[in-house]
Amino acid sequence: MGRKILFITTDQQRYDTLGCNGGTIARTPVIDGVAAAGVRYERAHPQSVVCMPSRSTMLTGQHVSTHGVWMNGVPLPEDAPSVAEVLQDAGYRTAIIGKPHFEPFLDPFARFPENGFARNGTFGPHRGFEHFESATHGAAGPLHYARWLSSTHPEAVGMFYPVLDGSLEVNAMGGGDTGAPQAWVNNIPKDWYHTDWVADRTISWLDSLGADDDWFCWMSFPDPHHPWDPPAGEVGRIDWRDVPLVEGYIEDQTERERVIDAKPRHYRAWYDGTLVSNYEAPAKWAPATLTPDQLREVTALNAVECELIDEAIGRVLAAIAQRGWDDDVDIVFTTDHGELGGDFGLMFKGPYHVDGLMRLPLIWRPAPSSSATPATVTRPVGLVDLAPTFCAIAGLPVPAWMEGTPLPVDDGDADARGFERVLTEWDSDLFGVSVHLRTITRDGWVCTTYQPGTAHDGTEGELYDLANDPLQRENRWDDPAFAATRSDLVADLWDHQPPMKSPLPAVQAPV
Amino acid sequence: MYGSLRHEIRIHRSAADVWALAGDVTKLHTWFPGIVDSTVDGNMRVITMGTGLPMPEEILLIDHTQRRFQYRITAPIFVHHRGTIDVIELADDECLVVYSTEADPRTMALVIAGGTAGALVELKRQMEAPALSTEGSN
Repeated sequence: MGRKILFITTDQQRYDTLGCNGGTIARTPVIDGVAAAGVRYERAHPQSVVCMPSRSTMLTGQHVSTHGVWMNGVPLPEDAPSVAEVLQDAGYRTAIIGKPHFEPFLDPFARFPENGFARNGTFGPHRGFEHFESATHGAAGPLHYARWLSSTHPEAVGMFYPVLDGSLEVNAMGGGDTGAPQAWVNNIPKDWYHTDWVADRTISWLDSLGADDDWFCWMSFPDPHHPWDPPAGEVGRIDWRDVPLVEGYIEDQTERERVIDAKPRHYRAWYDGTLVSNYEAPAKWAPATLTPDQLREVTALNAVECELIDEAIGRVLAAIAQRGWDDDVDIVFTTDHGELGGDFGLMFKGPYHVDGLMRLPLIWRPAPSSSATPATVTRPVGLVDLAPTFCAIAGLPVPAWMEGTPLPVDDGDADARGFERVLTEWDSDLFGVSVHLRTITRDGWVCTTYQPGTAHDGTEGELYDLANDPLQRENRWDDPAFAATRSDLVADLWDHQPPMKSPLPAVQAPV
Repeated sequence: MYGSLRHEIRIHRSAADVWALAGDVTKLHTWFPGIVDSTVDGNMRVITMGTGLPMPEEILLIDHTQRRFQYRITAPIFVHHRGTIDVIELADDECLVVYSTEADPRTMALVIAGGTAGALVELKRQMEAPALSTEGSN
């Protein structure tokens, strides 16, 4: 019997939403406890700041350019390598429960297997997962949660926020008390909400296993990704009127716009609502209209969702302990990417490689039986390192096709094994608007280069000193005093950037 | 909002052979993954999608000289739709197939065009298969 792996992901969660990372709004005692007993990473970055590419990286251990899911809507090929397959081949029982999103959701042709299981009443296997039970942000669509809710509680289906509007764009409709976009009063009882459903189904799957089975379970919560529509009965936990504005939000409009104007021009264009480069943000909403109270309400609703996730994880951990497994279970907690959450007056996500989207919560509590020492890692790591870590936990060699390295257990380990840099990339080409970014984080700097696209001529960039400018307000790209730093980082970036898969796979849906 | 997208593929087969399949309005389901049936009545065609959803279409043009087929989906979700398939001769044994999709709402252009990209790959597979056939295999 070996070590078992509980891999917990959320969707679009900011680093600062956990108490262990300094968050003060959501109470997250379960994850804070896991962090206290394990390794907490302070500079974990995704390889893409949107769902499908990032999740594909987690599954394959490859950079985006290598697995080829270069934007949302590009399906991960069915024969793509999978860490779940590696573990299954080694005798592990494997499951993914919750949001997968390796293939597009909008699928009227029913071409993608992910969307077919619930329709057919089956649960995989798929991509090395013997059990594949899916959910997303609401009750629409062909996934298992939606089917379950519509069959058991049909009256609740219409309670969720309508994610898409009448013209199938991401909805800009406001709600809640302040009219904030994608804030919503959802009268669904907590027990029927997808957060609890994911935990319930995880416990059910774990209950089906033998005591001596080794297992890998990816428990994937759809929250706290927008819409911010937690069960109305839970919203009273946090009064938005008492919520402070996030540190990255600049209340003074003149100063806010000065900071944005020092960044590449697509920031200001989106802020003003004149250029929407990607499908993931509401096309009919301009961030410039965001009010402080709207931001407070969104922050509060987001925090409620984080608390519900924390409690759901607590139930799963209790079930694991009840099985007598706790000593042999590794717990890894992270998210696929962050949320702008009001930084610079922006919300949602897009081609903006700043901490709101790139700095992720990442915690690894090695199995207590491994006698690991709690630690904090400050060196840069990436989600690309997760799949190799799972192999290492299972005592398996890391396959050559994985591009990451098993996570370090402390800074000394990170230095010894060369955790120097982490790369993040963005490519999008949607309705005639193309944006291309390549980013390196190294030596306390974040450096982003821009390739020619709709809003950029290829000379633009961003350069931030994370130690002296943790909110990334001063873009040093064109500052002569930092020309050598910029030049060194750009050269290092291109030295380590994998080549883009060719031919480029086609975008097959918006998301 | 309006969207217009295009996918194309080169096929090593004569334009006439490819057109014999791509231009046959009754056979779309044999080379378009995700479409399981198509029935034609006059200038109206109803396709059935993989989800079981029927999608009514109006046939606008079948031009055997230009090797161009145009149609529009008439389902109410579309404010506007036009699909165009062009088979363009490049050489005696090679052609270019272009599948264009215009739609309002534009999201549907992306969804439909995503399907057409897969359809072109399947069309190429069938047309270049060693046992040459214009009958399709789905």
